[in-house]
Amino acid sequence: MFVGAVFFPLLGATISGFLGRWIGERAAMWSTVICMALAAFCGVSAFMQVAMGGQPTTEVIVTWMDVGDLEFAWALRYDTLSAVMVGMVTFISTLIHLYSVGYMSHDETRPRFFAYLSLFTFMMLMLVTADNLVQLFFGWEGVGLASYLLIGYWYEKESANAAAMKAFIVNRVGDVAFMLGMALTFFIFGTLEFDAIFAAASARANDTFAGLPALELIGVLLFLGAMGKSAQLGLHTWLPDAMEGPTPVSALIHAATMVTAGVFLMCRMSPVMEYAPVALAIVTVVGASTAIFAATIGCVQNDIKRIIAYSTCSQLGYMFFAAGVGLYQAAMFHLFTHAFFKALLFLGAGSVIHAMSDEQDIRRMGGIWKKIPVTYAVMWIGSLALAGIPIFAGYYSKDAILEGAIAANSVVGTYAFACGILAAFLTAFYSWRLLILTFHGKPRADQHTMDHVHESPAVMLIPLLLLAVGAVATGFTFAPYFIGDMQEAFWNGAIFNLPAKHMMEALHHAPHWVPTVAKITAVSGIALAVVLYGLFPQVPGRIAAAVPGLYRFLLNKWYFDELYDRIFVQPAKRLAGVFWQVGDVRIIDGMPNGAAAAVAGTARGAARIQTGRVANYAFAMIIGLVLFVSLFLLGR
Amino acid sequence: MNAAGFPLLSILTFLPLVGALIIMTLRGEEAAVAANARWTALWTSLITFGLSLILWFRFDKSTADFQFVERVDWLPEFGISYAMGVDGISVLFVLLSTALVPLCIMASWESVQKRVREYMVAFLVLLTMMVGMFCAMDLMLFYVFFEAVLIPMFLIIGVWGGARRVYAAYKFFLYTLLGSVLMLLAIIALWFSAGTTSIPELAEFDIPFAMQVWLFLAFFASFAVKVPMWPVHTWLPDAHVEAPTAGSVILAGVLLKMGAYGFLRFSLPLLPEASAYFAPFIYVLSIVAVVYTSLVALAQQDMKKLIAYSSVAHMGIVTLGIFTFNQQGIEGALFTMLAHGVVSGALFLCVGVLYDRVHSREILRYGGVAKIMPAYALVFMLFTMGSVALPGTAGFPGEFLVILGAWAVNPWVALGAATGMVLGAAYMLFLYRRVAFGKVTRDDLRALLDLSPREYATFAPLILLTLWMGLYPQSFLSFFSVTVSQMVNSHQAAMQAASRLAGL
Repeated sequence: MFVGAVFFPLLGATISGFLGRWIGERAAMWSTVICMALAAFCGVSAFMQVAMGGQPTTEVIVTWMDVGDLEFAWALRYDTLSAVMVGMVTFISTLIHLYSVGYMSHDETRPRFFAYLSLFTFMMLMLVTADNLVQLFFGWEGVGLASYLLIGYWYEKESANAAAMKAFIVNRVGDVAFMLGMALTFFIFGTLEFDAIFAAASARANDTFAGLPALELIGVLLFLGAMGKSAQLGLHTWLPDAMEGPTPVSALIHAATMVTAGVFLMCRMSPVMEYAPVALAIVTVVGASTAIFAATIGCVQNDIKRIIAYSTCSQLGYMFFAAGVGLYQAAMFHLFTHAFFKALLFLGAGSVIHAMSDEQDIRRMGGIWKKIPVTYAVMWIGSLALAGIPIFAGYYSKDAILEGAIAANSVVGTYAFACGILAAFLTAFYSWRLLILTFHGKPRADQHTMDHVHESPAVMLIPLLLLAVGAVATGFTFAPYFIGDMQEAFWNGAIFNLPAKHMMEALHHAPHWVPTVAKITAVSGIALAVVLYGLFPQVPGRIAAAVPGLYRFLLNKWYFDELYDRIFVQPAKRLAGVFWQVGDVRIIDGMPNGAAAAVAGTARGAARIQTGRVANYAFAMIIGLVLFVSLFLLGR
Repeated sequence: MNAAGFPLLSILTFLPLVGALIIMTLRGEEAAVAANARWTALWTSLITFGLSLILWFRFDKSTADFQFVERVDWLPEFGISYAMGVDGISVLFVLLSTALVPLCIMASWESVQKRVREYMVAFLVLLTMMVGMFCAMDLMLFYVFFEAVLIPMFLIIGVWGGARRVYAAYKFFLYTLLGSVLMLLAIIALWFSAGTTSIPELAEFDIPFAMQVWLFLAFFASFAVKVPMWPVHTWLPDAHVEAPTAGSVILAGVLLKMGAYGFLRFSLPLLPEASAYFAPFIYVLSIVAVVYTSLVALAQQDMKKLIAYSSVAHMGIVTLGIFTFNQQGIEGALFTMLAHGVVSGALFLCVGVLYDRVHSREILRYGGVAKIMPAYALVFMLFTMGSVALPGTAGFPGEFLVILGAWAVNPWVALGAATGMVLGAAYMLFLYRRVAFGKVTRDDLRALLDLSPREYATFAPLILLTLWMGLYPQSFLSFFSVTVSQMVNSHQAAMQAASRLAGL
């Protein structure tokens, strides 16, 4: 069961990828779906046994490397933290596989798509079940590869290729920090296995490295790695571009699973992070800033998938600042609920795109809610959950995070709370902006497209409905386990909270005004969107015209891409040219080539002296003799 | 005698030479001679490889001593003997050499059409010299093989190469020869003071620090060119570009390892203090190599040149790892050498596949190849990822261990090495994107055939190795761990002795 949950997707990927040409497209496709379903069955039962039943276990497969003091193995570690992830990933991935059967039905190379999708799932599962940092890094890079392949799936499109490369390289920047974090961890702890690190963390709390507290440095380095994968402020630029991939990919990778790996890493390393208060403060500030930053951009984008992508970015910020104030449980809870409603929103958006003949610009939509009622309904559910309206899943987790930020009773906590509330307002606003522009108002698409608007087939609707159930039910069902009364038994030591901080208790004694304020903010955000886009649709344009600078600033995503292009990409290209043409060709090669030329020149000169005329030789001999004699006389 | 019961290493070394002699005696019609030469070369190299597998199974991993030792007095009055043996450091390189040559011969099956007989002779002679070099336990013997490798390689580039082959061949030859001359002086100096050229005996011999410095510099001149380290690397791109595909494979796969092997075999054990003294200098050169050549690779328009520059960057990681003087660093360097031998060899084969079909190495000449040759695209992707050091492929364990080892020395050095992760990803993906992705814009590309059975057979072992080395590196690491740990210990002991001496 434990092995099956991880390796069935790999089996599916192998069948589809290598045998796809022989067994035919349909067989390849369905074999991955069946493998995923088996994995999900295993994954959910593992979740029941490990998390609900409280029986953590580790299955060691084989030694990976053993070099001097360094030793670690391929192993599957199942504690509550990984069981939550395994259950969630396999379940959602199965639904997305199913959905893709319908969504990709017109594609030419479906076995390839499904192979990538399953490969991705496998890598994600390796990541979450790792019992040492290196295996985690294997999964970490593996999902990077799979996401590269999936973003660039339509490789004939130049923009898709560029986006895929950007995703891989920006992630790699974070990975450098991850790698160095591993090096430092090994240097300090002498091991990279979680159990040994966690056991030694408190003893090493005061170690220093080069004059800096070592655990702080580890925390910061690993967080930099997490920033790359989870698209936090500064290393976020790849995520919106990643929307070049097919929509199911966006749902699976860029919402439910891969981008949450950074949050998972923070929670996994909680026994170390807890001894690194400065690193945690940095996590909090970056997370909170990302939450607000991405939300501002989300308000002005026009591509339906990009809006949701920025919303993902923003929600990841929430998870990070929750972890930063020490509420890993709440971070994981939000990760869990977010996976459901964000996958739902993406797949819903996919359904809209499918209906609108591949149109993605919400300015050219509108007035279609009657034609695709199921999609419309699930988009509402997803948005309600995202905005944090009571009863829906997002409410429970987001509320806990906001309360925790206040309960942390620190400067960074308060900053996080302020950002969180503001971002919650903007989240509600852009979600309803999206809903209204997409579904309501006058149709803005051309007649031809409008005639073709149709509800998606059952194979796409069933996953949507199941996710919608999740977006409603996961909140109140799991709240007691993740953050409520039963949390201690549920987590079973998988997450470590410094006892002195009392974060879980503080959470329950947070001021009562917090939930009220959160609700009011969400509702007013919705109200503003309804007023601006539903009732007075000409107003937003006028506002944009009134503050053109701000509008362009947001529309261009705070000019991050331009900035990076200016300070990294262009100089690197120029430097490359200089190193090659000047450094290598002119200087380094110039010397030996010049030396060779000089030798040849001297030789030619020497050859010219030998004219064969006796008179010349006699003259040279006399000159030589005179010189020789005078030297001899002078020297005496 | 030795573990095999017969002089295995000598047979491994000289069997290819016998094959070469047989090929030279071939007479008759040109096509028949060519076919016979090909088959003879292939079988000879395959038998050699088969025999070399004895090393894999019978090598005793629990000792750091030389194994399969053979010793015959050669010039007894000078203390020079014909001594062969392998230890944990060299054994896998013997296997790498014997494994790559059959693949090279298969890769040249159709692409080499002129002077086939001589070509095959050159390759078999090359195999002899490479194996001999890795097995030599005597400094003089080592030098002979080390230099002799140049000759067949010079011919392979100069005769079967591309348009500027003569320039490239001379550049290759002169660069490497210039360094080797200094090494010869160092060898003579060592012999004068120690009275022997046997490597195990020399390791016991204490050399005064002042002399170590000079000897180090002399060896360095030779090995740095061979590695090649920045700034004496420019012969490599030219040599690669002009060499035939198989020549590039063997050049990247084995010949580049000779310099790093020399550092490990001579500089570190014989000259410990000088090595430690010059280590910071090596770090700087290595990091410059990683950053500088990675950037240069980014600007290349020629596929082979790009991969050649990437080789220089990878070898920067290797030299860095060697001079960390700790277990992780050195094992990482050794592993990177093996992995690079497999992966970059395979990448050159990938270029060769396209070159055979289109006769162009220019990147912009291609585009959309993934659509026309899906199997090829998959293979190419795998090796691209191997070069990028994705975990699970051969490139990762070595790079990871070197960074771990470097951190223990100096975190900034580790950071410098790690920048290669980003730049490496940038140039390899940029290459892949321009070759394999995009729309097919040129009509002649549409007619390209996917991999032929012969090409599948050539790639299959490399694919297997790339994944095996990534997923279960332990089966390779276990070969060197004892030898390396002994090396690290004796280096530390030497350093302690030196500091005690300085304290007196």
